[in-house]
Amino acid sequence: MSDPENIETPSDPANWQGKLTPDAAQAARMHDDVHTAARAQLRSEARQLLADLIRPHRRAIGWVLLAVLVQVAATMAGPWLVGVAIDDSLPAATRGHYNSLITVTVALLGCALISGWLRSIFVLRSGRIGQDVLFDLRRRGYDHIQALSVSFHERFTSGRVISRLTSDVDTLTELLDSGLDGLLTALFNIVAISVLLLILDLPLALIALASLIPLWFLYRWFSARATVAFRRTRETVATMIVNIVETFNGIRAVQAFRREKRNDGIFGALNDDYREANRQAFKLHAVFIPGTSLIGSVATVAVLLVGGYRVADGTLALGVLTSFILYLRLFYDPMEDVAIFYNSLQSASAALEKISAVLAERPSVPEPVAASPLAKPVRGALSLDAVEFGYSADRTVLHEVSIEVPAGQTVALVGATGTGKTTIAKLISRFYDPTSGAVRLDGVDLREIGDADLRAATVMITQDGFLFSGSVADNIGFGRPGAQREDIVDAARAVGAHEFITVLPEGYDTDVRKRGGRLSAGQRQLVAFARAFLADPAVLILDEATSSLDVPSERSVQRALHTVLAQRTALIIAHRLSTVEIADRVLVLADGRIIEDGTPEALIASGAGQFAALHESWRDSLV
Amino acid sequence: MTAPADDAANAAEVSALTSLLRLRAWTRPHRKAIIVMIVSASGAMLAQSLVPLIVGAIVDGPIRHHDTSALWPLAGLALAFGVAEAALFFIRRYAMARAALGIETDMRRDLFAHLQRLPVSFHDQWPSGQLLSRLTTDLSTIRRFVGFAVVFLIANTAATVIVLVLLVHIHAVLGLLVLLAMTPLAVFTRTFELRYSREARFAQDLTGDLATSVEESALGIRVIKSYGRRPQMLAAFTRDAQRLRGAELTKIRTLARFWALLEGLPQLILAGVAFGGVYAVAHHSMTLGQFVAFLTLYLRLVWPIITLGWLLALTQEAASAARRIFEVIDTESSILDPAEPVAAERGTTLRFEDVRFRYEGAQDDVLRGIELEVAAGETMALVGGVGSGKTTLTALVGRLYDVTGGRVLIGGVDVRDLRLDQLRHAVSTAFEEATLFSASVRENLSLGRAGISDDDVTEAIEVAQAEFVYGLPFGLDTRIGEQGMSLSGGQRQRLALARAVLGRPRVLVLDDPLSALDVHTEAQVESALRRVLAGTTALVVAHRPSTVLLADRVALLADGRIAAVGTHQELLAGVPEYRNLLAQTSEYETTKR
Ligand SMILES: Nc1ncnc2c1ncn2[C@@H]1O[C@H](COP(=O)(O)OP(=O)(O)OP(=O)(O)O)[C@@H](O)[C@H]1O
Ligand SMILES: Nc1ncnc2c1ncn2[C@@H]1O[C@H](COP(=O)(O)OP(=O)(O)OP(=O)(O)O)[C@@H](O)[C@H]1O
Ligand SMILES: [Mg+2]
Ligand SMILES: [Mg+2]
Repeated sequence: MSDPENIETPSDPANWQGKLTPDAAQAARMHDDVHTAARAQLRSEARQLLADLIRPHRRAIGWVLLAVLVQVAATMAGPWLVGVAIDDSLPAATRGHYNSLITVTVALLGCALISGWLRSIFVLRSGRIGQDVLFDLRRRGYDHIQALSVSFHERFTSGRVISRLTSDVDTLTELLDSGLDGLLTALFNIVAISVLLLILDLPLALIALASLIPLWFLYRWFSARATVAFRRTRETVATMIVNIVETFNGIRAVQAFRREKRNDGIFGALNDDYREANRQAFKLHAVFIPGTSLIGSVATVAVLLVGGYRVADGTLALGVLTSFILYLRLFYDPMEDVAIFYNSLQSASAALEKISAVLAERPSVPEPVAASPLAKPVRGALSLDAVEFGYSADRTVLHEVSIEVPAGQTVALVGATGTGKTTIAKLISRFYDPTSGAVRLDGVDLREIGDADLRAATVMITQDGFLFSGSVADNIGFGRPGAQREDIVDAARAVGAHEFITVLPEGYDTDVRKRGGRLSAGQRQLVAFARAFLADPAVLILDEATSSLDVPSERSVQRALHTVLAQRTALIIAHRLSTVEIADRVLVLADGRIIEDGTPEALIASGAGQFAALHESWRDSLV
Repeated sequence: MTAPADDAANAAEVSALTSLLRLRAWTRPHRKAIIVMIVSASGAMLAQSLVPLIVGAIVDGPIRHHDTSALWPLAGLALAFGVAEAALFFIRRYAMARAALGIETDMRRDLFAHLQRLPVSFHDQWPSGQLLSRLTTDLSTIRRFVGFAVVFLIANTAATVIVLVLLVHIHAVLGLLVLLAMTPLAVFTRTFELRYSREARFAQDLTGDLATSVEESALGIRVIKSYGRRPQMLAAFTRDAQRLRGAELTKIRTLARFWALLEGLPQLILAGVAFGGVYAVAHHSMTLGQFVAFLTLYLRLVWPIITLGWLLALTQEAASAARRIFEVIDTESSILDPAEPVAAERGTTLRFEDVRFRYEGAQDDVLRGIELEVAAGETMALVGGVGSGKTTLTALVGRLYDVTGGRVLIGGVDVRDLRLDQLRHAVSTAFEEATLFSASVRENLSLGRAGISDDDVTEAIEVAQAEFVYGLPFGLDTRIGEQGMSLSGGQRQRLALARAVLGRPRVLVLDDPLSALDVHTEAQVESALRRVLAGTTALVVAHRPSTVLLADRVALLADGRIAAVGTHQELLAGVPEYRNLLAQTSEYETTKR
């Protein structure tokens, strides 16, 4: 149907979504629409994943099977016992002897109790297995996604992450808690009854079993189409979730710029796509299930006809045909349950495919296989050695950048917007690896340092200062797990955040709400700072981390940098020269190249360079 | 995390029926399809029960009598019923695809539309995962309820009643005993429903929490990575997932008990029926034939009773999902169009009159009597310390929040007396955080507003000095945002600025619009912006002297009041607090020289 990459709203024939660069489009297709070649691969990966998830529960599943087996037997014993009651107890009772009747009744009661008890065992056990599988899958998915690189997250989008870990996992729930018991009972019945049929009468049994051939074709037809249809539902629900997340995260802009109506249209189209995808799946189901029962009906009639003729010419006893036909019903009825289960299996495998596709992603900045030990304490000497980098192959952002920062130096990085300052910070934090050249910490290539070591040594504070919902103390404590309240308060004091925190309704325990929305922009930055101070890394990167602070607050942060972090290596990216002035050294970046490098005094004194010009215009603005 | 949801959960001891009946508003347009579903389901059941009768007739008739010629028509009939059964099933599923999916889609559309229009204060409070889980998981629960449960609840109840009537008809005493034996079921069903609906609700809320923590971990990935906190995040997520698992297991325990009863009770009754039947036949109050008929009929009851457990569980889940959805739908937007809108604002003077504001649930006012007038065409800078309430004040102009005291006037008209779209057409804001949507550059600037020409876009780009967009792979048609090209911080901020100045709004509100720009670009933006600002009433939040210089006058915000208004020079000279905030004698200059 309509391609989610190209939704056109009625209100605007133009393509509002905009075009993607070829490799971004390629990446998007990777997530949303897998090519035929990769499909078989994915399917087998999904099966592998399912097997993996179930393996630890083999023993428990064995017990569940046993419970079902006994329960089916207990239930089936009911009608048989009633038969005994009619055949044996009734004549006895007519003669006034009730022993047999009482025995049968007690047996029936026993069967009822056993079957009820086993039922509860079954529901409990299989429910637990199901929940364990889901739990395991969620955890695996979550941890793996967390392990993937920033570059993955940048193209995958948060909405899709949510969709994989919620909606897709939920699909598996349906399979686990609705289909399983039906399937087990059904399979037992089918196997038991086909044996019975074969014993009763071979030719008729062959006719009955021959129906498995069209059934097989029906299954093949169904699975080929269902895979596509269910995939489509997974994809459409993901795009829908992406849109929901984006809308609510940008709700201020949506309302202030009156985008609601248009969003109604855009979301309506995605919503309809999802419905369409579901409808396709429902239609297949609507053919598949009655198809199964139709094949059963046809086979029954065929058995009737053949059986009728054979009874007529005396080669078959009427009694045999009668019971054969009764059993036939018991043979075909459960087929429907199997079909229903198969349907949920198809739906779950589509979801599992999506999840295993994510699990198959490898981090583009992998952890080293054999990490080089980093000498402790980390001194914090940084070096960029002829670093080349581009986010995509067709555009290089950094050209041959070489920087040596001795341990303990405070370096300011300035330059026009979009020249690659943040990019350098990301390379030093190893969010990305350089295309060529190397980034080193204390002489060791970042690619050879274990993640834990690297993260303990380097911390980057970004401009947006992302906060998690939870208390202020939790957010600061994020910098050092297990930090005591005093440490947290000290860190807040050091950066000058303590004052405003104590005024909050519940002080350090105030919930800052999603993304820190309870705080003002500057307050968020201060909390982010306190967090970094608590982490106390050897290398601190500030990427415009004081842009929303007023001058006094900025001063107190700078004081803290001077005192608390005096021995640390710091890379400060800033536009305000007031921020830069505490630096020992200034680097000026232009178009991905370092064009000036020196102490602020020297650069200003030279009078000709960009930094000197910047300094000049900044001084003018001070008035 | 579930704060708002929890309150609502307590308040919502509304019966399942009440919440489900409210779904009527959405089921009504699909009435026909639902009726088709019910009719075809009953038809299929009928066909299903007739086929064995016909088969029995064939065996007892033609086959027993070796009459092969009569075999064919009857076999044809059996086949016809088989085909009818399949066809009716197909029709039911088809109608269900229409109805259930239609209802789900309509409800989602309406819920989304409603959520989009709920005020920012609502979105401040609600974790986004809770909204998301309502829009996805809860709605699919309702879809399943409409698709399966409704039909089978009706069909099963009908079947049960019919069978019970027939049983009483065959043998009154035995029939009534069966009826009596089933009464415990009613009692247990009630307790089950109460329990299960509470447990389902709890699990649904936890599902929302889990979605929230997934979202946060995805949005905060850079921070998590930067601190190497993957193990801690996993531990926290594991805790959440474990809680959900616990809640689901509680549900399962309740289900297990109930299902055991549903499985066991019919068989217990069967034992009673066998005993009573044999006794009755032995004492000639019933014939053997009647007894067999009684038994066969009774066995038809077993299936509807067993499925009852599943149906009731689904019903309770749907009811509590519906409740969760109605909690949101019942939240009225507090920011509405006025009953009697004023046709148009007169002029563009922006006035704050004794404006007070308090965030929902807070104890103190953030703004305590703001008095400020920005003359038409004037640019006023707003200066204040971190957390002094600047952003809050700017949000009041476009009514993202409503004042809790006093008034905001544009051209002498209270902003609450203007139609919302009219107000938001006149007022344009560049927010602190530059939010981009996954769309083309052009769309990100216009955001779908009507009447914006290419020239307007070009002009806005020029004002914001955002010419870099022409250098993107497809220029203005390049997709940016989360699903497109990533931009640098300064690039994003300039786009947000261009978005605000686009279409020449009469009142412009800029919240620290130049914070991410380098000095050189800032100077260029400022000189371009000055042209725009010349004829526009503007309120510009500023942290730096360079931004303040854009303005004609400056207002100093302190302690929730406007402490001083004047030109930059006047305030520098006369207000020590202002000097402290803005005048930066460079430490570098003083200490290092
Ligand atoms: N994730 C990304 N994918 C693709 N291109 C990117 C990405 N992030 C940044 N860019 C591009 O790379 C260039 C350098 O961006 P970077 O963020 O390093 O700039 P910056 O110097 O930090 O600018 P600013 O001062 O505006 O923050 C920009 O042209 C930007 O559009
Ligand atoms: N949604 C909210 N709920 C409750 N309190 C809030 C909310 N948003 C902000 N506040 C509080 O209101 C005060 C004013 O916040 P506001 O964002 O208006 O400050 P600001 O002047 O813009 O600061 P900054 O310069 O840091 O951006 C702050 O103390 C903040 O903690
Ligand atoms: Mg940057
Ligand atoms: Mg602010």
